Amino acid sequence: MKSYYTKQAINRFMNPKNFGRLKKADGIGEVGNIKCGDLMELYIKVDQRVITEIKFHTLGCAAAIATSDAICEMAKGKTIEEALRITYQDVANKLGSLPQVKIHCATLAQEGLKQAVLDYEKKK
Amino acid sequence: MKRIYLDHSSTTPVDKRVFKEMEPYFLEKYGNPSSVHFSGQEASFAVDQARQRVADFLNCRPQEVFFVGSATEANNIVVLGSQRKGHIITSKIEHDALLEPCRYLEKNNVEVSYLPVNKQGIVCLETLKKSLRPETFLVSIIYANNEIGTIQPIKEIAEIIKEENSKRKNKILFHTDAVQAVNYLDCRVNEINVDALSLSGHKIYGPKGIGALYVKRNFSLNPIIHGGGQERGLRSGTENVAGIVGLGKAVSLIKKDNQKTLKLREKLLQGILTRIKDVKVNGSLEERLPNNLNLTFKGAEGESIVMALDQENISLSTGSACSSKKLEPSHVLLALGLSREEAHCSLRITLGRNTELEEIEKVIEVLPKTIEKLRKISGR
Repeated sequence: MKSYYTKQAINRFMNPKNFGRLKKADGIGEVGNIKCGDLMELYIKVDQRVITEIKFHTLGCAAAIATSDAICEMAKGKTIEEALRITYQDVANKLGSLPQVKIHCATLAQEGLKQAVLDYEKKK
Repeated sequence: MKRIYLDHSSTTPVDKRVFKEMEPYFLEKYGNPSSVHFSGQEASFAVDQARQRVADFLNCRPQEVFFVGSATEANNIVVLGSQRKGHIITSKIEHDALLEPCRYLEKNNVEVSYLPVNKQGIVCLETLKKSLRPETFLVSIIYANNEIGTIQPIKEIAEIIKEENSKRKNKILFHTDAVQAVNYLDCRVNEINVDALSLSGHKIYGPKGIGALYVKRNFSLNPIIHGGGQERGLRSGTENVAGIVGLGKAVSLIKKDNQKTLKLREKLLQGILTRIKDVKVNGSLEERLPNNLNLTFKGAEGESIVMALDQENISLSTGSACSSKKLEPSHVLLALGLSREEAHCSLRITLGRNTELEEIEKVIEVLPKTIEKLRKISGR
C-alpha cells in the first residue's frame, strides 16, 4: 500500500539513534524554519578536523526528525570538509525519498550541520 | 490489530443502513430524474423522498433544500451566489471552504470583515454588531468549528441580524456552515433562525460527494454552475441520485446521543491530563461538540505525534485534513492566540458513533509514551 513516508524514513523517525545533547560540544548549530515550525539543534565534537561525535535535538515533523538523525550518521567520522559536501539531496536519498513538501526538512539538516561547523570555526 | 479511528471530523464511515439504501440506485434504479419515463420517475421519487427527509431534519420546506456536490460547494454558492458588491461578515475560524470564496471576492471589490474570537474560541457578539454596515449583504458564521469543536452563539447572532434587518430594505442573509454540528446540535432552522445552512454527507455517516444547502424561501441565490437547470436552477448537473438517497438516509439516522460520546471524551481527557504534563486544551470545553478534543503538547510537534500513533494503528490528525499537508500552522489556533510553535504542537482527536471504551483506553496507554519519546528527541 502507498504510504506518505518511505519505510526508511519511518524507521529512522521511530528509532532515531543520534538524538541528545553533547555537553562539551565544540560547535552548535541552531536552525529553524518559522513557517513550518521545525526547530533543530545540532551538536558536534571535533578532533583534528574530524567530527568525532554528533547529536541533535529536533522539534518538528517526522521528516525533520528523520533527516536530523540521518545527517548525524552521515557526518560522523568525516572531516569537516567532507561533511560540508553532504547535500540535502544526499540526506533525502538516505531516506529513500521524501514527499516534495518535506524536502525543506533535508535542507534544514544540511543547514544545521553547516551552522554547527561555522560555530566551531568561530570558537576555535 | 484493529485500527483505531479517531478522526471523525475528517470523515466518517458510511453506515451500513445508508449503504444498503443507496445500492439499488447504482445497478437497478439508474434512471435520470429528469426523464419522464418510469426509470426517470423512479429516480425522481427517490430524490424527492430524500429531500423530504432533509427538510424534516432541518424543519423546513422541501423546496428550501438544494442538493449539491459537497458542503464546500454549498458554501461557495452562498458567498459567490449572493450579490457581488458590498460587505461580508464572517469569522477568523471558518473552514477554508468559506474563507477562500470570501478571499476571492475580496479581489473583486467586496469587503470582508473577519471577526476575531476570544481565547475560548467564541465569536464576540459586540464586535459583530459594530461590524454591521449598510452595505453588508451576508453574515456567515460556522455553527461548530471543525478543528476545536467550539459552538458559536448562532441564535444570538440571528437575533442581532433580525433586528438589523427590521430596519432595512435589503435584507442581510445569515448563513451557517453546520457541517460539524449536524451530528450533535439542534439544526432546526426555525429554532436557530438562520437563512441558509450547509451540510455534508460524509461527516454524518453518509457518502462523500454529496452535500445540501438550505436557503430560506424569500432569499434567492444565483447559481455558480450553469447548465440543465436541475435543483430548481441553483445547481445544474444530473443529480447524484445514490448520494442524495444516502444523504437522506444518513440524516434520518441521526440520534444525537451526545451523552455517550461526552462520557468517552471526558475519560480520554482525564486520562491524558493525569498521565501527561504540559498539556493545554484549546478552546472552551463547555461550548464544544461532545466528540472533539484539541490539545497542545509542549515540545512535541503535531505531525510527528500523528505519524508515531499511525505506527500504533491509531488514526487521528493535527487539524483539518485539508491542511495536514500544508506547512502553515492552523489559522484557527492562531486566532485563539496560540503562538506558531504552540499551534504546531497540536493534535485533534475526534470521536464517533462507534467509538468504544477500549479504544479510548488504548490511546490513554499509548499517547503518554509517544509524547515522552518525542520530547526527548526535541530536548524540550
